[in-house]
Amino acid sequence: MSNASRALTEPLPSSPVRPAAWTTLLPFVILFGLAALLPLTGNDYWGLIATRAAIYWMLVSGLSLIVGFAGQLAIGYVALLTLGAYTTSVLAAGNVLPPLPTFMALGVASAAGAVFGVIVGLPALRLRTFYFAMTTLGFATIVTQVALAWQGVTGGGIGITGPEMPAPFNTAWGFFYLCLGIAALCTWGTSNIARSRVGRSLVAIRDAEVAAEASGISKARLLVVVFMFAGALAAMAGGLFASLQTYITPDAFTFELSLLFFIAVLIGGRGSILGPLIGTLVLTILPEIAAPLAAWSTFLYAFLLLVIVLAMPGGIAALLDFESRKPLAFGRAVKPNPHVLGELLCGERGTSSLVLRDVILSFGGVRAIDGVDLEVRPGQVHGLIGPNGSGKTTTLNVVSGYYAPENGDVTLGASLEPAAPATRAGRGIARTFQTPRIVGEASVLDNVMIGGAIDGRATFMESLLSLRRHRDDEARMEADALLALRAVGLEALAHVRADRLQHSELRFIEIARTLVLRPAFLLLDEPAAGLSSVEIDQLGRLIVEIGRQGTGVLLVEHHADLIFSICDYVTVLNLGRVLAAGTPAEIRVHKEVVSAYLGG
Amino acid sequence: MLASILASGVAVGAIYALIGIAYNTMFSTSRVMSFTAGQLGMLGGVLGSLFVLRLGLPPIVGFVAMLACCALIGVITEFVAVRPVLKSLDQHLYVLSTLALALMIQQVTAIKWSTEPQPFPRLFELGSGTLDEKFWVPVAACLLTIIGLELLYRKTLVGRAFLAIAEDNFAARALGLPERNLRIASYALAGAIGGLAGFAGGQLLLAFFANGPLLNFYGFVPVALGGLGNNRGAVIGGLALGIFQQAANFLVGGIFSSVAVFCIFIIVLLLAPQGLFGSHVARRV
Repeated sequence: MSNASRALTEPLPSSPVRPAAWTTLLPFVILFGLAALLPLTGNDYWGLIATRAAIYWMLVSGLSLIVGFAGQLAIGYVALLTLGAYTTSVLAAGNVLPPLPTFMALGVASAAGAVFGVIVGLPALRLRTFYFAMTTLGFATIVTQVALAWQGVTGGGIGITGPEMPAPFNTAWGFFYLCLGIAALCTWGTSNIARSRVGRSLVAIRDAEVAAEASGISKARLLVVVFMFAGALAAMAGGLFASLQTYITPDAFTFELSLLFFIAVLIGGRGSILGPLIGTLVLTILPEIAAPLAAWSTFLYAFLLLVIVLAMPGGIAALLDFESRKPLAFGRAVKPNPHVLGELLCGERGTSSLVLRDVILSFGGVRAIDGVDLEVRPGQVHGLIGPNGSGKTTTLNVVSGYYAPENGDVTLGASLEPAAPATRAGRGIARTFQTPRIVGEASVLDNVMIGGAIDGRATFMESLLSLRRHRDDEARMEADALLALRAVGLEALAHVRADRLQHSELRFIEIARTLVLRPAFLLLDEPAAGLSSVEIDQLGRLIVEIGRQGTGVLLVEHHADLIFSICDYVTVLNLGRVLAAGTPAEIRVHKEVVSAYLGG
Repeated sequence: MLASILASGVAVGAIYALIGIAYNTMFSTSRVMSFTAGQLGMLGGVLGSLFVLRLGLPPIVGFVAMLACCALIGVITEFVAVRPVLKSLDQHLYVLSTLALALMIQQVTAIKWSTEPQPFPRLFELGSGTLDEKFWVPVAACLLTIIGLELLYRKTLVGRAFLAIAEDNFAARALGLPERNLRIASYALAGAIGGLAGFAGGQLLLAFFANGPLLNFYGFVPVALGGLGNNRGAVIGGLALGIFQQAANFLVGGIFSSVAVFCIFIIVLLLAPQGLFGSHVARRV
């Protein structure tokens, strides 16, 4: 057999399959299994360290959703640990109310943590990164100061005894197993969230916020839920921490602890659960085995942080990602299968058109669009062309809600809410972007599944506990996404990290992401830019078939050949006004268009 | 009482304003908010006490040596924590890298200097009561800095180059301005201004390693409220913050005054995320 023919029969190295469930599970099983065997050593000191690590991990597992997945730099998270520790201790001791049983006090503390988690997190919805980091820091300072000042309740600088655990958790090893068990539950729950649409949406908000909005993901709602969850976990960890310490003072909650939690997530790697778990273990154990370093531990943590940021932004998770180091095949070509679209896009579509009436929008003194009228019918491929600066992309941005028009309105049956991009997916409008907005660190499949985010029915709690509706959601979204990938011809790359793909493939991922929404209208912003002529042909066939399935397409493009060969109707813009509108044949011979745009 | 609230309020306000100007100076050439701003103020106090009290140098020599050291720290910040992450400004890695460097500075100071507040020398032996030098020195330092910066920006070529880079980095580079050298210079300048803040306020805040995070926060508040890069906003905001804080200190006690400052800070920012004097909305799509 010649080399060439063997190359054809062998599977391409570029088609990694999804790693089997057991390989992802194995490291967790090993870590927790080893921990469970720890009492056999009979070493109480190591038991204490391991208990502490388990408690820290409860907090870090929630924090990793905020810092690692959502990309919100919440630095002062020790505040919530403090809050949980004091709430549990005060309630269990009966300083304010009649004493509560320890577990009930823990529950109340978690609820308080959920509330304060949202309060600490709220600024993230409006403020930029540095501001948010600053406000969490400020909050951490204030909680400690309140604990110091509120002597009647917290004991001030003298402190307060931690809650006592009921049997069988009142021994060191009993308490250890309790904490280990809760830590395992936290691992399971956060992993479920990480692999759910919540996890994918968080990462999308972090790396491709605009695309997340266009997919109907509401940043505010999502972040509030995650802040509640992480706050509750942190406060529960605080209650257990107080019990472990047996006696707490404000001094126990140093900024160094906050730093430990934060850096554990970053060492571990963004968008991973195993990484931060290893990070937590390393950072908890490190000062113990290097005792002379104890005084320098803050310095050490800070140094580690600097090294990670400068040299290893992917953290431990990136080191362990062996799959992404295998080379992909060269000379890949995207080969869409438009016939699959019938299977994907089947189902009811509305009969209303997408209509723009006399839309005006100016930036400063410039009228970017100046009274545009436009109608896209269901199933129509509508080309929008014009010279640079004629207002094509601005028109798309008005339709998809990034800009509010000063005058006129956009309707699809009913009027579309201005300046609310996250509402468009729900109305059946999907779009792509001039520069592909892709989550580079997520797999191609995950990227496409982001497009189906609003189809999910499972609530956060159902995803957390991996209940039936969550599993159904996931199975359905994955099937849809695979189908969409097959339609655009990228199914072989489904499990590859998206940032390893070439530009043309990213364009088709974006289209696949819109298709899983089964849009009534699809807005394409220069989808052919940067594609080869073969790929442009393929794209054209795909778009025609999308229209044939009943989806209206509004296509902004500079490739005149593509426009004239696939559009049913063409609108020409010039200086923000409609210069001409008609069938491609009419536009081709339109005098003003020819002189203004086509030249000659 | 009113006089002493005003005197101490204006004095700490001037210190906050100077830290705010240090933030702005770094921000204007690099678009980076650096956590080291507060540490520079802390170092101004610690190094001043080290040179003048412990090593017994004359105040003026100690002052110049302190300025040089802080300027050097500024340059180190630029090299270590800012330049490597400028490529990907949108990922906000500078928040982490400057935080890491700030913590390293703080920890080294805590171990090598002291974890207790140390006394700061008297400089001029001038004034008493509400006109004591510990109150008027920060104000004078702040005034001199503002005048100096105005002269720099308006009268010198280097100052105009700073303004050009702050206004439009790409255009300034296209004109052939040495952007990188100017950035280094601005970090050195910010280092000196931060150090000056700590030195001038040394008699109020003492030479204490934990002043860093405090100055970081209280120096950032006027910048955030006044709008990034806006020195006038930083000065007005700083003075207002100082007076408000001291008044709250006298009226309701120290801890609740910091809670009050924090709450006002959050509320104003949530209502006006661009600050009271700032304005711009970036294009997203």
